[in-house]
Amino acid sequence: MGTVYLTRKAEFAASHYYHSPELSAEENLRLFGKCNNPNGHGHNYTLEVTVKGAVDATSGFVVDLKQLKEIMNREVLEAMDHRFLNKEVPEFETLIPTTENIAIAAWRRLEPKLKAAQLHRVRVYETPDLFVDFYGEA
Amino acid sequence: MKAYLTRRYMISASHRLHSDELSPEQNNEIFGKCNNPHGHGHNYMIEVTVSGQVDARTGMVCNLMDLDRVVGKEIVERYDHQNLNLLPEFERNVPTTENLCIAVYDILERGIRFAHLDKVRIEETMMNSFEYAG
Ligand SMILES: [Zn+2]
Repeated sequence: MGTVYLTRKAEFAASHYYHSPELSAEENLRLFGKCNNPNGHGHNYTLEVTVKGAVDATSGFVVDLKQLKEIMNREVLEAMDHRFLNKEVPEFETLIPTTENIAIAAWRRLEPKLKAAQLHRVRVYETPDLFVDFYGEA
Repeated sequence: MKAYLTRRYMISASHRLHSDELSPEQNNEIFGKCNNPHGHGHNYMIEVTVSGQVDARTGMVCNLMDLDRVVGKEIVERYDHQNLNLLPEFERNVPTTENLCIAVYDILERGIRFAHLDKVRIEETMMNSFEYAG
């Protein structure tokens, strides 16, 4: 049987700001604009996780949704929901918490924990009109 | 690390689906209500997807301000609150959303220098959407 893709959504709210220590204050402001405010600002993010696999003959599932939901909660939401990303999430001590880097961080947190199905895509919406897709390191 | 960034922009425009090469009956049969000579309009949601390596310094595929500037100037200013049938690209081509997708893609492919244009997707209504990737 062919591959089936399953997508699960979750929401989290977090604050962040954009700043590169390698750049001068003026360059940071020019590059990042309003997002450079060091006090941070926030978004309601939507995380969409797509896994793929064959449909299990017994259960009819690609993946047990309850397990997927638990992994997403434990690995991503508990770390990022209602947090100041720059200050409270270890990845963003060195990386700027752009939507791109949040999607990559979520992938790296989820990928090793998924046993039954294979991670296909992580999509992170910063707003309904802006989102990033990440398909892995390759 | 390669990532894909998608930004959505809204334009409102009118159009009429009509081909001079067809008879009035054929136009009516093919295009139905969309053949109304007075035209009608939509709120089009234009989704622009660009891809590239995430810059190690900025954490970005491309700077959103650059993307907004190009799409704002080349697409939103060109099409928002316009009658598509009166634009040169639709003088010969019927302004279907398929053809609008291709026109937007071709303009952006020339205009976007800071990332790779991956695809253009347009929602004509909540029920219809079209994609073009070159
Ligand atoms: Zn922000």
